[in-house]
Amino acid sequence: MMTETLTLGKALNHGLRRALENDPKVVIMGEDVGKLGGVFRITDGLQKDFGEDRVIDTPLAEAGIIGTAVGLAIRGYRPVCEIQFDGFVFPAYNQIVAQVAKMYYRSLGNVRLPIVIRIPYGGGIGAVEHHSESPEAYFAHTPGLKVVTCSNPADAYAMIQQSINSDDPIVFFEPKRRYWEKGAVDLDTPSTFPLHASRVAREGSDATVIAYGPMVRTALDAAQAAAEDGRTLEVIDLRTLSPLDLGPVYDSVRKTGRAVVVHEAPGNLGLGAEIAARITEECFYSLEAPVLRVTGFDVPYPSARVEEEYLPDLDRVLDAIDRSLGW
Amino acid sequence: MANGESEVGAAPLPAEDRSPGSDAPAGGFVQLLTPGGERIDSVTTADGVTYSVDFTDDEYRELYRDLVTVRRLDAEATALQRQGELGIWASLLGQEAAQVGSGRALRPQDMAFPTYREHGVLYTRGIDPIMPFGLFRGVDQGGWDANKYKFNGYTIVIGSQTLHATGYAMGVTMDGKTGTPDGEAVIAYFGDGATSQGEVNEAFVWAGVFNAPMVFFCQNNQYAISEPLERQTRIPLYRRSAGFGFPGVRIDGNDVLASYAVTRAALDNARNGQGPTLIEAYTYRMGAHTSSDDPTRYRIASEVESWKAKDPISRLKAFLTKQQLADDSFFGEVDDTARTLALDLRERVLAMPDPQPVSMFDHVYPTGSPEVDAQREQFAAYQASFEGSDH
Ligand SMILES: Cc1ncc(C[n+]2csc(CCOP(=O)(O)OP(=O)(O)O)c2C)c(N)n1
Repeated sequence: MMTETLTLGKALNHGLRRALENDPKVVIMGEDVGKLGGVFRITDGLQKDFGEDRVIDTPLAEAGIIGTAVGLAIRGYRPVCEIQFDGFVFPAYNQIVAQVAKMYYRSLGNVRLPIVIRIPYGGGIGAVEHHSESPEAYFAHTPGLKVVTCSNPADAYAMIQQSINSDDPIVFFEPKRRYWEKGAVDLDTPSTFPLHASRVAREGSDATVIAYGPMVRTALDAAQAAAEDGRTLEVIDLRTLSPLDLGPVYDSVRKTGRAVVVHEAPGNLGLGAEIAARITEECFYSLEAPVLRVTGFDVPYPSARVEEEYLPDLDRVLDAIDRSLGW
Repeated sequence: MANGESEVGAAPLPAEDRSPGSDAPAGGFVQLLTPGGERIDSVTTADGVTYSVDFTDDEYRELYRDLVTVRRLDAEATALQRQGELGIWASLLGQEAAQVGSGRALRPQDMAFPTYREHGVLYTRGIDPIMPFGLFRGVDQGGWDANKYKFNGYTIVIGSQTLHATGYAMGVTMDGKTGTPDGEAVIAYFGDGATSQGEVNEAFVWAGVFNAPMVFFCQNNQYAISEPLERQTRIPLYRRSAGFGFPGVRIDGNDVLASYAVTRAALDNARNGQGPTLIEAYTYRMGAHTSSDDPTRYRIASEVESWKAKDPISRLKAFLTKQQLADDSFFGEVDDTARTLALDLRERVLAMPDPQPVSMFDHVYPTGSPEVDAQREQFAAYQASFEGSDH
């Protein structure tokens, strides 16, 4: 067993490398992914080792990146597309929601598009506008797309490979502010969990905190802080946003009676609303308090100097837990 | 300042001969001042258009002052970024001539739509150079009055502003402001990479079809982050316009005179009802793409060196010196003034206060929103709950 301590970014890099090695039909494409290795260096060294036909520096055109990936996929390739930042996916939005999402359906199952669209997303890195957004709900709302996000290096390594292996089109959100966080990754053993499975990240019995992507770390930190006050929080890492795997969430809420959903995206019509509704439908008689949400505010992502206040943090999670327990 | 004249009918130079310098790309470009500081009287392109400028001595000197000032301000910004005072900075180093020349060619009534790198154009519009710093420092979104200064907000999403500019230009026509003495024209700035975007190509379609009073000013600085020009195009960019039905001209982007002359002529054509022009300013980004970038990964030092020899400032200085239009005391005074401006800028940037967190709820809707108002109140109460604690 080859376990290494890697950053989340490096784990993705290893996962992509594996995928390129295992299947000659896998191609990586995007702006600056080649020589530069991507602006976050996630594709570092891959073009050098696999050549310019496998790791393709594309023209600066997002609609083009996704649109040509559709054609490549029809031709039998498995494109892994990088969108440089969350706020730049919208030129490609038409291709993703109108074409990628519907092709299998429209073709009565004859055309598969095994495309992975990687998007570094979320805030917390002090960037300028359009570089810190959380657009996951737009995609999770679209039938035909699957949407996943990783929260730690081991999952990142496994999930990127699982996504590339999947015949479904997958929007793969990478929590950019966690790129530099380290964790143990077993590079040899194939992953032991299916792609669309949430996980219990920490066990507890007083309340359930549901998070995904960058907020999992925040939720775990809050649970750690709560433990010092003698409260145990159960933390669930959703990993998959569409389809939602809420089985572990229901189990947990039936046990704790309380649920708090945390995400960076604005609350209005966000994932939290869907999750709260489903918990209410499934666990109504177990609930001791309404399902609460801790989210970004319903404003455009603000200037970097106030983003710490915009982003849900440990205090806001704990505050919601207090409110839930005080019900 | 005098116009770039458009004398249709002058004998065109053979394509390969249009530029006398060996530094010209294949196909040539319009150059009125060589890297050595030699003045070229006029250039006639293959389309039969002749470009020239006729500046007074003072005007030449003021152009020089502009170039030095915007470079100095940019250097200060780069330093501030390195010292952690700015989140990021997009430097214009090397592109001063393209920006100052085209910016000075604008008339007061003309509207400009920039990217995120047009600090030099911003300067020529008379805007306080501190304005873009809020965006890069992360304290605001860069809030000058676009209508007052006829200079729109910076655009981060590549290429979007070219469509905005085209729509604005259509409005100019609809308002009857073309072909009149106070006629207006519109200029959109973008990079070589941007020409790959669908939106930029749609802007070309619209501007052509509606004969919009538009100048598309592409600063081809040879790279889109790490990707060289060849990743965006197989033909010289200025030739793209032909497919959309309007003229394209390539200029030596490091020559402030060519930049001025060709932009002025294109703007005048636009304002006179002759429709759009694409200008490709052939230049070079001397520094990193932004302060987060490492150019040594994708370009070689000798390339950067070769472009140093084409520097926009040193050639104008050489010209001024040779023509005895300026001496060391003038050059020293310009440097000192620019330095004072830069130091003043530095102090003011350092003094830029962090915004009140509650300000993030401002300007979401012109007519307000009860939901946002409620969130603002809750947020304020939550913040107040920490008052006095060491949070
Ligand atoms: C739609 C979009 N995609 C990607 C980016 C990220 N990005 C920022 S600048 C840049 C390169 C732009 O190159 P170019 O248009 O040549 O302009 P330059 O920066 O060289 O002036 C890229 C890819 C972006 N801002 N917008």
